[in-house]
Amino acid sequence: MERRYLLGNEAIAHGCLESPVGFVSGYPGTPSSEVIEVLSALPDRSFYAEWSVNEKVALENALAAAWCGVRALCTMKHVGLNVAADPLMTSAYTGVTGGLVIMSADDPFAHSSQNEQDSRMYAKFARIPCLDPATIQEAHDMVRDAFTLSEELGLPVLFRPTTRICHSKGDVELGPILQNTRKGEFHRDPRQYVVIPAHTRILHKKLNEKQPKVRKRLGELGYNRATVRGKKAIIASGIAASYVQEVIPDGVSFLKVGAYPLDEEWLAGFVRLHEEVLVIEELAPVLEETVREVAGCVTVHGKKDGHAPCEGELSPPVVARIMASCGFTPSQTFPEISPVEGLPPRPPILCAGCMHRPVFHAIRKVFRDGIYPSDIGCYTLGLQLGAVDTTICMGASITVGSGMVHAGEEREIVATIGDSTFLHTGIQGLMNAVYNDARMTVVILDNRITAMTGHQPNPTTGLTACGTPAAPVSLEAVCRACGVAFVETVDPYDMAALTAALKDARERPGVKVIIAKQHCVITARRIGIRRGRYLADPETCTGCGICIAFGCPAIERHDEKAYINELCSGCSVCAQICPAGAIRKEGVR
Amino acid sequence: MNGGYDIMVVGIGGQGTILASNILGEACLIEQRSVRGAETHGMAQRGGSVESHIRIDGRYGPLIAPGTADLLIAFDMLEALRYSHFLKDAGRMVVNHRMVVPTSVYVQNLSLPSEEEIISLLSAKNLCLIDADAIARDAGNPLTANVVMLGAASHHMPLRADSLVMAIGRLVPPNTVVINTKAFELGRAAGESC
Repeated sequence: MERRYLLGNEAIAHGCLESPVGFVSGYPGTPSSEVIEVLSALPDRSFYAEWSVNEKVALENALAAAWCGVRALCTMKHVGLNVAADPLMTSAYTGVTGGLVIMSADDPFAHSSQNEQDSRMYAKFARIPCLDPATIQEAHDMVRDAFTLSEELGLPVLFRPTTRICHSKGDVELGPILQNTRKGEFHRDPRQYVVIPAHTRILHKKLNEKQPKVRKRLGELGYNRATVRGKKAIIASGIAASYVQEVIPDGVSFLKVGAYPLDEEWLAGFVRLHEEVLVIEELAPVLEETVREVAGCVTVHGKKDGHAPCEGELSPPVVARIMASCGFTPSQTFPEISPVEGLPPRPPILCAGCMHRPVFHAIRKVFRDGIYPSDIGCYTLGLQLGAVDTTICMGASITVGSGMVHAGEEREIVATIGDSTFLHTGIQGLMNAVYNDARMTVVILDNRITAMTGHQPNPTTGLTACGTPAAPVSLEAVCRACGVAFVETVDPYDMAALTAALKDARERPGVKVIIAKQHCVITARRIGIRRGRYLADPETCTGCGICIAFGCPAIERHDEKAYINELCSGCSVCAQICPAGAIRKEGVR
Repeated sequence: MNGGYDIMVVGIGGQGTILASNILGEACLIEQRSVRGAETHGMAQRGGSVESHIRIDGRYGPLIAPGTADLLIAFDMLEALRYSHFLKDAGRMVVNHRMVVPTSVYVQNLSLPSEEEIISLLSAKNLCLIDADAIARDAGNPLTANVVMLGAASHHMPLRADSLVMAIGRLVPPNTVVINTKAFELGRAAGESC
């Protein structure tokens, strides 16, 4: 036994090694990404690991591994599970032989996400077990045991940590790492693995018949625990249970839920010992609905009677306020205190020298009256530069653009999409737009890496998750294969070439693709690219503000003149856009 | 508020708040104490405002409630002010005497409180201002400002200085242990007079 201070995702990765896992796949997404980062970086791995191109691909790969008897882990963020929902729903029918754990990390408060959906609903929808950890230690223990549970029940298990588990830290007790010795072997069984109607009707019945066993087994695991202490009770799940423990007084009973579906008889037995129960959970009222179904005459408080919020994340003070609101006195109260008002915000911003910034600048210059559908990545921050009009989900820049065109929007459409997002779910939209003759320009922001989530490699990078060299995919060839006649690759640091390519595209019919290709500035620094710093000459600077509006964090305004600080990475774009010629490379006259 | 000691470390993405919180967590392990922490990861790191919560002897959740932190360590004065409401009335604040102006101020022409105004607002609490960047340069590397700040704040933590030094030795790259240890000691000396 060893005790270490670990990030939740590091503890989860360690739990997988203790199981041990034999196959790992996933697509990066905050807050889930570090699990595969940790696993793929290990020397002497006894398992296979990959970053897949999207979550559907990742889950189908992992499912096949589990069909072959190997223990498989598939990781993603909650919205990734939407992409993987197709194989998920039917994987419950086919079942698995090797344990399959699907980690879908939820993000209450949408710290880094486009919505606040609740993965527990998917587990209920698919009728598979769901494990919902309250602490990092529990996350570690749950994922370690989830593989065995999956094998025992013959079902995939959904493991659902939230941001405050994945990106929290704590002292964690770890067990020994085991070596995976299983080698996958597929045993042909069409009635199990070919889901034609005749087979799937039987598989559906079998899935339903498994449910009582699932409830009973989850009850035995001890992740759902009750302590009776009075006539009032709090029932809480996941990280919210930890917040409740901080503020629950001695005389109030407590039921902590960590595994779904619940044994309803057991739950009813607990609820009916009380006069009033309060349900505390983040996101959807999944637990509360179950409690209400079994409560009989017992009063139930929670989201549905307005005491608890239906959105955002909880915390000890929020839980204390919910308790006070429905007559449960918390063991401590918190000061009502507000932050200092009127401070300038410091939101995340595109880095100094980021290749996305000149692209947005040029698009706005060339397509002044354009509409700019965009996508999910660092470049969503182009919103701050007025060059992002829509984002909805991965891959939806090109499709939203073509939809606008065919709806009759007459202004120029310029869609922006990153390399990883294009490979994730952008290609289909491009093919569709070309074939149905949308008139639009697509700019692929190709920085050769999945940057926002922490620089995971993708098929444009030339390295696999484990660092093995691989032939990079040619985005030009992919676009041409989709039928695009105009495909131009430009260096976004070359403003003249970039602007010329955009102007050229503007005049042509159909779908045009411009690939703006340059290393992510963080990757560039890591691989040793040093371009030298630029300086603004206060004598020549006219204070016109063009470089300030460019929005680079390396450019400041001092006494109405531009000043370039030490963040400058030497991209040279500000020097190219300065109308006074006041910016030049350090040491160059 | 769970009988432990709650520390907030705040700054700007890239200033080393995560290493600082790791050092605190490791020092807790060395002293065989429980610890909980929460951090900002992902997109919020891109030059944005970041916060780490560290709860020494923490047993439950990782989040520190506003108005309850025992100690606020800020790598930037504006961020100190932004998170100052987390501190309890008798709490202490150790702040790097430095302010990075948010790009939004230049691009959107937003107003920014002056350094004097910020210091005067911060002085409502127990404030210790440290010129961590200068001390880090003296230690031999400007990148050690985060460790300087830990040293300066170490007087107020319920952790032994030798545990923190040992934690630094375990967590920083081997060829920077000497410089980081020096940064910690110089920071500790600078924080003594606060």
